[in-house]
Amino acid sequence: MIAQQLVNGLMLGGIYVLVAVSFTLFFGCLNFLNFSVPALFMLGGFLTWAGVAAGLPWPAAVLLALTVAALASLLVERLTWRLQRGGPPLIPLVSSLGFLILFENLVLVRWGSDARAIPSPFGDANWRIGELVIGLPQLFGLILSIGLVFGLQALLKRSKLGRGIRSLAENAETATMLGVEVDRVAPRLFLLAGLFCALAGVLFSLSYQLVSPYMGDQVALKGLSAMVLGGMGNIWGAVIGGLVIGLVEIFAVGALSADHVNVVVFGILLLSLIIRPTGLFGDPALGQQKL
Amino acid sequence: MSGYSAAILTLLAINIIAAYAAWLPLAAGQVNLGTAGFMAIGAYSSAVLSNEFEWSLPMAIAAGAVCAGGFAMAIGGPVLRTRGLYLALATLAFNEVVRGILINLDVVGGAAGYPVIGHLGLVPIAACAAGIFLLALWLGASRLGMNLHAIEQDETVTALFGVHVPFTQLAAFTIGGAMAGLAGGLYGHHFSFIEGQHFNVLLSVTIVLSVVLGGTQTVWGPAIGAAFFTLLPEIFRGAAAWRYVLFAAAVILVMAIRPQGLVTRADLMRLRRAVRLA
Repeated sequence: MIAQQLVNGLMLGGIYVLVAVSFTLFFGCLNFLNFSVPALFMLGGFLTWAGVAAGLPWPAAVLLALTVAALASLLVERLTWRLQRGGPPLIPLVSSLGFLILFENLVLVRWGSDARAIPSPFGDANWRIGELVIGLPQLFGLILSIGLVFGLQALLKRSKLGRGIRSLAENAETATMLGVEVDRVAPRLFLLAGLFCALAGVLFSLSYQLVSPYMGDQVALKGLSAMVLGGMGNIWGAVIGGLVIGLVEIFAVGALSADHVNVVVFGILLLSLIIRPTGLFGDPALGQQKL
Repeated sequence: MSGYSAAILTLLAINIIAAYAAWLPLAAGQVNLGTAGFMAIGAYSSAVLSNEFEWSLPMAIAAGAVCAGGFAMAIGGPVLRTRGLYLALATLAFNEVVRGILINLDVVGGAAGYPVIGHLGLVPIAACAAGIFLLALWLGASRLGMNLHAIEQDETVTALFGVHVPFTQLAAFTIGGAMAGLAGGLYGHHFSFIEGQHFNVLLSVTIVLSVVLGGTQTVWGPAIGAAFFTLLPEIFRGAAAWRYVLFAAAVILVMAIRPQGLVTRADLMRLRRAVRLA
């Protein structure tokens, strides 16, 4: 039973990992707490459903959802970050919340607020080892998300874009003086981070087979907590934070009830912040600035 | 006055009080994303006092505000040691913990919500909002307000000038918590029903953002921001399902045009000069 919960927790955690990494990219590199992340997650998951419901084959629906979410992320870059960078960091936060309300309500206007069931493309694909049941879509999601983080790590380390992003994270002013073009690097970062959380939405809808216009809100709160727990700006911290939050959530459901999940998850977050105000693996300087 | 406009004005009055609750710590640069949690504490404690112990409404609501302020003071000690985003998230976590506990507390109805017997109309609630506004005006011009503004500008230099920074921040956080508790108590006794779900993080975030949109530099900002966030969706009501789409577009547009908020200190000075000339 404990092994089963461990498996379920890690698989749920895999989704939080992608959302936490997305938050970390925005916050660690641009000092931007992007509140449109829940909406990008929702667009990924919900539009996959909408595409399938409209008769598209699965891969096409996923591709469509990812494309729309990527465009939405670029729109946020253009209308929020580009206009308001350099000012107080609270300002882009308000504007990105505007985008959260905008995207959620656009979906609401078109498809209504009901939660929709989405059929699994894999049927009832489970892998059984003795008593243990492992859902194959979930397993695929977990492996994919860890693989993507490795890919991101390599990209940040090796490529020119990665060096640009890391120099921006270090010091935006110096990076600009050294010839990093912020206006070229930032859109790519938005594209990358937007795709990460949209993909998390796709994986969530495939694994749990339920979508709604508000599906991003709770998941994003957990992803945000995962980022903080791991320490901000640290991608591997976000991975561990995501997995820990997933495990805590599943064990809290098992030991208490589904209603107690938030008390336990956020109680742990509150306590860990009080005991160690810079997260588990974070750069102590990050996140301390004025918000 | 029609019932509809009275209902909107009451909501506006409550939102204005909540906005000042979030504004006080924000004036010192501290983002409190737990405002809805303090509102919930005020709403539930005042409702229990007026329902079960039959306290008079003013006494119960005042006690609810004191209770929320007490919680703010108790949690403020450890939480205010964190800064920036960590503080925002610690208060956000506090909000979720409070909400989670209330939803599981069967004495006050749990997830089904809690009916409140006593009822307050527009007039007393508007009077409270006016009182809070005057209090904010006074606080803004007081030594506390100046110290908060100085901390927002530069914490280290403020401390060098002999201001006790942690105490000042805790004072702002506590008074803000009490104001939020007042807003919550008024909310419960006006709508006659409270449930944990209402006081969620999104409410806290929206309150803080309405203050930022109005402008944090002056005492007028929070009231203007609360009015924007309360009235604009009503103005767009004719657009039916599209109203929040239009509202969100308006928020994005305003922040693109006026990133410092709707009311800034420079605006007020210009206004004062114009009045003097005229």
